[in-house]
This record gives sequence, C-alpha cells and structure tokens, in this order.
Amino acid sequence: MSWLERIVPSAVRSDGARSKSKVPEGLWKKCVKCSAVLYRPELERNLDVCPKCDHHMRIGARTRLNIFLDEANREELAADVEPIDRLKFKDVKKYKERLNTAQKTTGEKDALVAMKGELKGMPVVAVAFEFAFHGGSMGYAVGERFTRAATVALEQNIPLVCFSATGGARMQEALISLMQMAKTSAVIERLKMQGTPYISIMTDPVYGGVSASLALLGDINAAEPNARAGFAGPNIIEQTIRQKLPKGFQRSEFLLEHGAIDMIVHRRDMRDKMAGLLSKFTHRPAV
Amino acid sequence: MNLNYLDFEQPIAVLEGKIEELQLVGNDNDLNITEEIAKLREKSTKLTESIYAQLTPWQVVQVARHPHRPYSSDYIKRLFTDWDELHGDRHFGDDHAIIGGVGRLDGKPVMVIGEEKGRSVNDKVYRNFGMPKPEGYRKALRLMEMAERFKMPVLTLIDTPGAYPGIDSEERGISEAIAQNLAVMSRLRTPIICTVIGEGSSGGALAIGVGDQLNMLQYSTYFVISPEGCANIIWKTVAKAPQAAEAMGVTSKSLEDLGIVDETIPEPLGGAHRDIETMAASLRGRLVDQLDRLSGEPIDQLLERRYKRLMSYGN
Repeated sequence: MSWLERIVPSAVRSDGARSKSKVPEGLWKKCVKCSAVLYRPELERNLDVCPKCDHHMRIGARTRLNIFLDEANREELAADVEPIDRLKFKDVKKYKERLNTAQKTTGEKDALVAMKGELKGMPVVAVAFEFAFHGGSMGYAVGERFTRAATVALEQNIPLVCFSATGGARMQEALISLMQMAKTSAVIERLKMQGTPYISIMTDPVYGGVSASLALLGDINAAEPNARAGFAGPNIIEQTIRQKLPKGFQRSEFLLEHGAIDMIVHRRDMRDKMAGLLSKFTHRPAV
Repeated sequence: MNLNYLDFEQPIAVLEGKIEELQLVGNDNDLNITEEIAKLREKSTKLTESIYAQLTPWQVVQVARHPHRPYSSDYIKRLFTDWDELHGDRHFGDDHAIIGGVGRLDGKPVMVIGEEKGRSVNDKVYRNFGMPKPEGYRKALRLMEMAERFKMPVLTLIDTPGAYPGIDSEERGISEAIAQNLAVMSRLRTPIICTVIGEGSSGGALAIGVGDQLNMLQYSTYFVISPEGCANIIWKTVAKAPQAAEAMGVTSKSLEDLGIVDETIPEPLGGAHRDIETMAASLRGRLVDQLDRLSGEPIDQLLERRYKRLMSYGN
C-alpha cells in the first residue's frame, strides 16, 4: 500500500477487493440511488438515510419503531396474532411455505409490528409495516394487529401513528385481505368520531389496498421524502393508458402537490415533527 | 362458434341452432315437428343443467363478465319505480361509471348506487368500461350521506373490473376516495344492502360494498385481484388465470363458506342474461325481504352489528 492509499479514507479507496477481504461481511452498504459505498455503522447513526444523497432507505418495522419511540415504557401489542392460511392457497408454492420462509428471514410473524409506548413522554400507539415480510402485504394478521392496536388507542384515547410500507393487499388470502381494508377503515373512523388523533406516515412504497384504506385516512397524512405511493402500480397504469408516466409521478412531492398529504418529513425530523403535532392536537404543552 | 355462448356452452349453442332450424322448417311445411322440437328443448335444458351444475371458478368468472349479462341500469329499470337519477360529486365532475339516484322499492324511497359497464361500444366508452374514478366514489359518498339525512336505506349494485388505473385517477386521489367510502359506510346511520351482480373487482368494488348485508348473484364473482392479474404475478402469464381463480376462491359459494357473503341469490338456468325478467323479479323479492328485516331493527343495534361483523373478518 502506497503512502497515498494509506491516508485516503477507506470509503473511497479504489482497491475495494483487497480491503473487502479484511472487513467482516455486511460492514458496507451501497446506496441504491447514488451508488456511494457507505460504512454501515455510520449509516445506521444516520437512520439509514444516505449521507451523500439523502436517499431514505427501507428499514424494518422494529428498527422503525425503535428510532421513533422513547426507549422507556414500550410494550408490544397483538403479538399473539399470527397469519392463518384459510384458503389453503397454493400456486407454484404453498402459501404456508411462503409464510415460513418470510418468518425465518425477517424474524417476524407477519408484516406488521404494533407497540404502545411514548413519544417524548406522550403516550402513543405506533405500528409499522415490515416490507421485507411478503412485500408488507396486508392479510388477516396485518389487519387484525392494526385493528387491535387502534382499539387500544381508541379505548385509552391515545394517539395512533402508523408507518406504512407495502405492496397492498395479500392475494394469497384473497377476499379476507380485501375485507381488512374495510375493517381497518372502520376502526379509524371510530378514532375520528371520538377525536383521537391518527397520523399516517407513508414510507417507500405504499400501494393498492393499504393505500386505499388505512394509509390515506389520517387526520394528518405525511410521507418520507421521495417515497412512492399510489393506488395502482406504475406498470399497470402504463399498460392501461399506453403512455409513459411523467417524472416524479406518485412520489411524495407529487402527493403533496395534489393535496393527498399534509407534509413531507425527513426521517431525522420525524420524532420532533410528530411530537409537535400531537402535543397540539392533545392540548399538551409544547415539547 | 356462436358468440352468444361462452366456449364451454358451445354444445348448447349447437342444440339451440338445430331447434331454430326446425322452427323455420315448420313454418313452410306440413310435417309435424313440434314433438321433435320439444325433445330437443328438453335435451338442451338438461345439457345446460349439467354444464352449469359443475362450472369451474374460471367459468363462473366468464359468466359474470358475459357481454349480455344484465348491468345495473337493467336492474334499476325493473326494480325501482319513480326513479330519479342524481349526478355529480360537487367537486370535479359526474362519473358515468357509477349511476346513482333515488327511487322506490315496493313503494318505499331508497338510494341506489350501481356500477355500470356499458353495453354498446359507445356506451362502454361513455361508462369508462365500468371503471370509476375518484369523482364516481365521491358522488356515491355524497348520495350515501344524503340518504342518511333523509332516512333512506342504501342499495348498492357492484359490477366493475376495478377502479380506473390512470394518471388522472391518481392525481385526484383515488386511494383516498375509496378509503373514505369504506370509513363512512362503516357508520352510516341507515341500512345498507350490497349486491354483487357481475364482477366485483377489488377496492373498486369494496368502495360501495360495506354494509349490513352482502349478496351475490349465483354466477357473479368477487376477488381481491383479477384472476389474470394474480396469474401474471405468480406464473408470469395470464394463461394461468383459471388456476388463479381456483386458488383464490372467487365464487359466491367459496365466499359464503368464508362467512364473507351472506346470501347467494339463484340465477335462472344458464345465467341471469338468459332471463332478465325472472332474475330481476327474484332480486327484487330478496331486497324487499332483507330491507324489511333490517329496517325493523333499531339503528344503534344495526350499527353495532355492522361494526362487529367488520371486526370479525378473518377471525
């Protein structure tokens, strides 16, 4: 190694192959947007937002709740709700096998984690979708966990916050999935009638049945920067109208422009912003 | 191939063709062929019965989408008297894929909302092939809220290939429009009866499908994603749509077994399009009965039952 190579920071060294062999697996991550090679611990400190281009990477449900809620007084809700294969659905693979694989790779029972906790000392119920679990799709377990968490919020009159990341309804549970849209919307409507705040935050991506139910029903709808969200996927729309879609179509900025969301919130500002909003909605002193 | 019949119905088409020929012969001939025609008729009926007794889910989907299948407008004409169509969402426009209005069922005022595919080519274009945009669902919402104020029950007729997937739909918030209907229908203080008359495709169907009673006509279909869409995702080809239909259980029978559908309303032999009058009369009869029952219930009890039912989905 020449003296020059020795003083250049490791992240920009050209001899990637040689240095790679010396570091443990997974210590580096490439940004999908700007291709910068990033040092993982530093990336995590930055909440999985690329320090070079500000791209908000996808994060798991537990990480999400972990960076959102206060450390103290957390309690998981509806953890006992597990997916049920009511249709014995089988295509090239059995749905049961697909569930097993997803459970092993993510360590989650299904695609939603719900917790009761605190945000800067204010009680909240927060739920987050696990996109890595079957594309964050909503079947019975996701709908039921969301509904039970929302019911806790309703009964105790505590705000509900949802971070969605999903491809939509889970087709392997067919109409049971569709009905979760009606179910989650119904409990949200009760929160609304009671005056218990519900904040929906869309993170990349949010589509289909979740978009057309719980994700767009917030008193406040928000999104992370550059997240994609819409009802129909871009491919379906292109096939239907036989046109190329405009640049930025269905991105957070598009949603803000068209009045679907109240604001775009950077991940690093999420706690402050939501705590500020909720403190006003619940008539608490400024946080 | 006779285009009035689906591919699996072609043997029936052949028999019906023979009957027609014989009738023509009978007109200019002294031969007594009445007996022969009667025999063929009986054979045709038996054949139809046996074909329809074992329809696969995919065949049911085809009957549900039959080009002659009665649409919402066909039922509205036959079920309701004193009909006034109402238009517009008051924000953007009037969506022709959803027909709404007030009429009388058995003399009592009702609000009717139905998705409409359109029959002729021009009509299909005018109706956007039954694919509503946000303004359609917002018109429906406006009318449902009005029904609540004037204490009219809401009857919905579901028949859509889905909410319209287009740029304008997304710009005007199709997701929010659907979601809002789900939320409001869950607590609307008036009885709601929903009936799938043809094709109930996903969120575009559910957006007028939350209520106290869910009916399906015998050969209608209801799914979270079209069998073609499902096949495309899993097998990467629409040719597997029959397998997808099978796997998802898209018929009234499967959905009744899951506890999602309350009642299957029988269709005339060979499907609703073979005898619209009989179909309309039996649908009318069922709606009158159901409405009688629901209207007799105290509204708070009805709403509690509706909510409990929503909460029970999948349990």
